[in-house]
Amino acid sequence: MKINFKIWRQNNSKMKGHFKVYPLENITADMSLLEALDLLNEELVEKGETAVAFDHDCREGICGQCGIFINGRAHGPHDNQTTCQVHMRSFEDQSTIVLEPFRANAFPIVKDLVVNRSSFDRIIQKGGFISANTGGAPEANSIPIGKERADYAMDMAACIGCGACVATCKNASAALFTSAKINHLNALPQGNEEALSRTYNLVEQMQEEGFGHCSFTGACEVECPEHIPLTSIAKMNFDYMKAVAFKK
Amino acid sequence: MKLDAKIPTGDLKDKWKNYQSHCRLINPANKRKLDIIVVGSGLAGAGAAATLAEGGYNVKCFCFQDTPRRAHSIAAQGGINAAKNYQNDGDNTWRMFYDTLKGGDFRSREANVYRLAELSAPLIDHFAQQGVPFAREYGGVLANRSFGGVQVQRTFYARGQTGQQLLLASYSQLSRQIAAKKVQMFSRHEVQEIVVIDGKARGVIVRDLVSGELSRHSAHAVVLATGGYSKVFFLSTLAMNCNGSAIWKAHKKGALFASPSFTQIHPTALPQGSETQSKLTLMSESLRNDGRIWVPKNKDEKRAPNDIPEEERDYYLERRYPAFGNLAPRDISSRAAKERIDAGYGVGPLKNAVYLDFKHSIARLGKDTIKSRYGNLFEMYLKITGIDAYTEPMKISPAPHFSMGGLWVDYELHTTLPGLYAIGECNFADHGANRLGANSLLQASVDGYFILPLTIGNYLADDLKTGKISTDHAAFSEAEASVKNKFEKIINNNGTKTVDSLHRRLGKIMWQECAMSRTKEGLEKAIREIRELREEFYKEVKVTGKIQEFNQELDKASRLVDFLEMAELMCVDALERNESCGAHFREEYQTSDGEALRNDESYSYVSAWEFKNVGNFILHKEELKFEFVQPSVRSYK
Ligand SMILES: Cc1cc2nc3c(=O)[nH]c(=O)nc-3n(C[C@H](O)[C@H](O)[C@H](O)COP(=O)(O)OP(=O)(O)OC[C@H]3O[C@@H](n4cnc5c(N)ncnc54)[C@H](O)[C@@H]3O)c2cc1C
Ligand code: SF4
Ligand code: FES
Repeated sequence: MKINFKIWRQNNSKMKGHFKVYPLENITADMSLLEALDLLNEELVEKGETAVAFDHDCREGICGQCGIFINGRAHGPHDNQTTCQVHMRSFEDQSTIVLEPFRANAFPIVKDLVVNRSSFDRIIQKGGFISANTGGAPEANSIPIGKERADYAMDMAACIGCGACVATCKNASAALFTSAKINHLNALPQGNEEALSRTYNLVEQMQEEGFGHCSFTGACEVECPEHIPLTSIAKMNFDYMKAVAFKK
Repeated sequence: MKLDAKIPTGDLKDKWKNYQSHCRLINPANKRKLDIIVVGSGLAGAGAAATLAEGGYNVKCFCFQDTPRRAHSIAAQGGINAAKNYQNDGDNTWRMFYDTLKGGDFRSREANVYRLAELSAPLIDHFAQQGVPFAREYGGVLANRSFGGVQVQRTFYARGQTGQQLLLASYSQLSRQIAAKKVQMFSRHEVQEIVVIDGKARGVIVRDLVSGELSRHSAHAVVLATGGYSKVFFLSTLAMNCNGSAIWKAHKKGALFASPSFTQIHPTALPQGSETQSKLTLMSESLRNDGRIWVPKNKDEKRAPNDIPEEERDYYLERRYPAFGNLAPRDISSRAAKERIDAGYGVGPLKNAVYLDFKHSIARLGKDTIKSRYGNLFEMYLKITGIDAYTEPMKISPAPHFSMGGLWVDYELHTTLPGLYAIGECNFADHGANRLGANSLLQASVDGYFILPLTIGNYLADDLKTGKISTDHAAFSEAEASVKNKFEKIINNNGTKTVDSLHRRLGKIMWQECAMSRTKEGLEKAIREIRELREEFYKEVKVTGKIQEFNQELDKASRLVDFLEMAELMCVDALERNESCGAHFREEYQTSDGEALRNDESYSYVSAWEFKNVGNFILHKEELKFEFVQPSVRSYK
C-alpha cells in the first residue's frame, strides 16, 4: 500500500503547529497504524528529519497511553477500539490519513501527537480510591459481593484512561471517565462509605481542570474502547445531586 | 565476595515471623526524617511507594509513562495465585510453595518461595479491600480458576484484565498518598544513573522526558521496581518502552546481577507478520486446552491449512509428549515449536508460526461452547489478523515474555549495593529457572506491599541522624556529567542507522542463540556478534532532534546502549551454566529423547555476576541448600 500521512507537527506546547504531508510506501495491510508510523519515523531519521512524536506503550489496547485523532475520529475508523489496535487494512490504498492529537483545553499538547492527560490523575487524586492503608484488611470472603454487583463494578473499572471520550466530545467533557471511576468504587461495599464525598470531589475537580459539561450527545460511548455506557454519566449525575443535597 | 542471603533461622513456616519479630523498627516520627526514592510505579513500585508513605517516609516516585496507571503490569491478563483453599481442593501454603519451587526447577531459595506463598492469602484480602472487582460466584464469594503447572484452583482473576485491576488499585492507593503530599510523583521521568556516596546508594540522576532536562534527587535509600528486561529481544510481549536500563546502571554501580540468562519464552503469542513488526501479542495459554497444535508434514506446503488432509499434518506435541500433548509446559511447548520451525516446517508468510486448530473441538463440542470459553480471544485474533479462527486455524509462535533473572537480592530484597533495593520483576528472587503462570503479579505485589516496607527499616535505622543528603556532593556531579556525556555522544554521532534497525539486529542475535535453546558454539558466536554490534552502534547510530526536548528516538537509543551491554552478560551466563534447567536449555545437556538434563551436583547455585568493565564479569555463587524438600526431576511424557 501507499499512503499519504497528513500529520500535525508541533514542536512543544508553546509553539504553533501545522499539518505536514508525508507519503509512505511499502505499507502492508497487516501492519498496525503505529507500525506504519514507526516505519515513517525510520525514514524521517534516515533523511535527517525529526521523528513524529506519538504516545504508546502496551500496543495491546490496555494501557491507554496511545491516542490519536485519526481522520476526524478519536482512535480511528472503528467503534470502541484503541489507536494501537487500528490496522492498515482499515484504510484504502493511495488514501490520505489525517493524524491529529487529542484536542481539549485540559489536555495541553506536549509535542506533535502527544498530549498531557495529567488532569485525569488529579481527578483520581480527589478520591478515586478507598481510604484504607496496607495491612489489616478483613478476610476477603467475609464481605460477600453478589456476582451482578461485582460484574457491574468490573464493567466500570475497565476504563483505561485514554481520553478518547474527552477528545470526541464537542464540550471536551470528562464525564464518562469520571463517572466510570465513581461508579466502580461506589458499587462496592468497601467503597460505599466514601461514596458521596468521592462523587462530589471528583466532579468538582473535573470542572476545576477545565473539562466541559456533558450534554448527552453520546459521542463518547461510541469511541470508548472499554464500552463504558452513557448511563454511567446519568448515574454519576444522580449521585452528585445527592451529594450536593446532603452537603457531601 | 561472600553472598549472604540472610535467611532467618527456624522452620520454614516460622522464618518470616521470626524476621518480623527481630528486625529493627523505626517509629513514625523518625520515618518523617527519612527520604526514599522508588523507581517505577508498576505493581511493585506503586505498592511500595504508597505503603512507605502511609508509614510516614517521604517518598519520591518515578515512571517513564505519562501517568503511573500505565505501567506494564497493566497488561497481565490471566490472574494472580493465592493459597486460600476457597475451593476446598487441598491447597495450602506448603503446596503452593512446592509447586513454585518445582516449577522453577529448583533454582530458587526455599525461604523466599515459602514467604511468597505465605503472603499470598493476605494479599487477596488487601486487594479486595482496595476495591479490586475480582470475579465472584453468584453467592458473592470469590471465584477461582486453574492455571498451568498445578493441580488446584488457586488463581484469582478480574475478567481477562487482572493486571489492569490490580495496578489500578495500586495506582489509586498511590494517588491517595500523592494527594496527601506524602509521595511526590514524577511521570515522564526516566532514571539514568544511581548515585553512590561512601559505598551507599544515595540518589539518582533523572531525565525529564518532556524537556530533556537532567535533575538530581537524593534519598537515604533507593528502591528499584523497574520491571523485566525481555525487551532486549526487541520483539516480545512486553510493552514497547520496557527496558533494562535501571537494572544495568545499578549493576555497573556494584549490584550483582543474578541468573541473567533465565528468560521465559511463552508458547502462544501471535507470530511476527513482517520485518517492521514491533510487538508480539500474547494469546492466553488457556487456548491450548481445546486447540490442537500442528505443522504440515511437507516442508514446501503451499495449500491453505484447511486443504491439508489429516494424514499430512504433524501434531508434534501429541507425537512427542503423548501424556501431556498440547498442554505440555511453556518451556517445553516453546522449544518443540522452535524445533519444527527451524527444521523448515513453519507456516505463515515468514514461515515462523505453527497452527493452533479448533476444528476438532468445534466438531466435538459445538461452536457455541468454544465461543463461550474463548470468545474474547477469537475476537482479539480477528481484530489483529483479520482471520476468523472458528473457520481457519490460528497461527501462533513463541515469544519472549518474562525475565526470571534480575538484580541479586537477599531475603530483605536488598541488593549487594547497600541502600539499593530491588522489588518485582527486576529482582531474581522467587521464580528460579522458570516462572509459573499467575505468580508474577503476586511476587511484584507482596514485595511492594508487605516485604520491602518492613525490611527497609532494618537498614534505615542507622540513618536516623544522617540528615538530608546534599545533591551538591561530587558523586552527583560525576554521575550527572556521565549521563550528559552519553546523550551528547549519541546525538552528535553522524551515523546512518536508526535505533530500531540496530535493536532489531540485537534481538535477532539473542533470539537465535540465547532464547529457547542454547549451545556453546552459538553463545560464543552471539558474544562476538554483540560486541561487533556494540561498536557499530557507536559508529553508526543516528538520532535526530535535540537533547533538550521531547525526543523518543533519543530515549530508545539510551536504552539500547544498556541492552547492548546486558545482552553479552546474558550469553556469558548461559554459557557458564553447563546444564539444562527450566527455561535454560543447553542442547549439549539433554537426555536421549530430547529432555532437559539438570545437573544438581555442579549447578545447584544462583549465578550472581559482578561487573568489572564492559564485557568483563566475575561470577559469584550463592549455593542453594534444600533443607525442607528434595529436588526431583520434571517429566511430562
Ligand atoms: C503480556 C503479559 C501478560 C502477563 N500476564 C501475567 C499474569 O496473568 N499473571 C502474572 O502473575 N504475571 C503476568 N505477567 C507478568 C507480570 O505482568 C509482570 O511480571 C509484573 O507486572 C511486573 O511488575 P513490576 O511492578 O515489577 O514492573 P512493571 O509493571 O513493568 O513496572 C515497571 C515500572 O518501572 C518504571 N521504570 C522502568 N525503568 C525506569 C527508569 N529507568 N526510570 C523511571 N521509571 C522506570 C516504569 O515506568 C514502570 O512504572 C504478564 C506479562 C506480560 C508481558
Ligand atoms: S471512559 Fe472510555 S474513552 Fe474515556 S478514558 Fe475511559 S476508556 Fe477511554
Ligand atoms: S498502546 Fe496501550 S492502549 Fe494503545
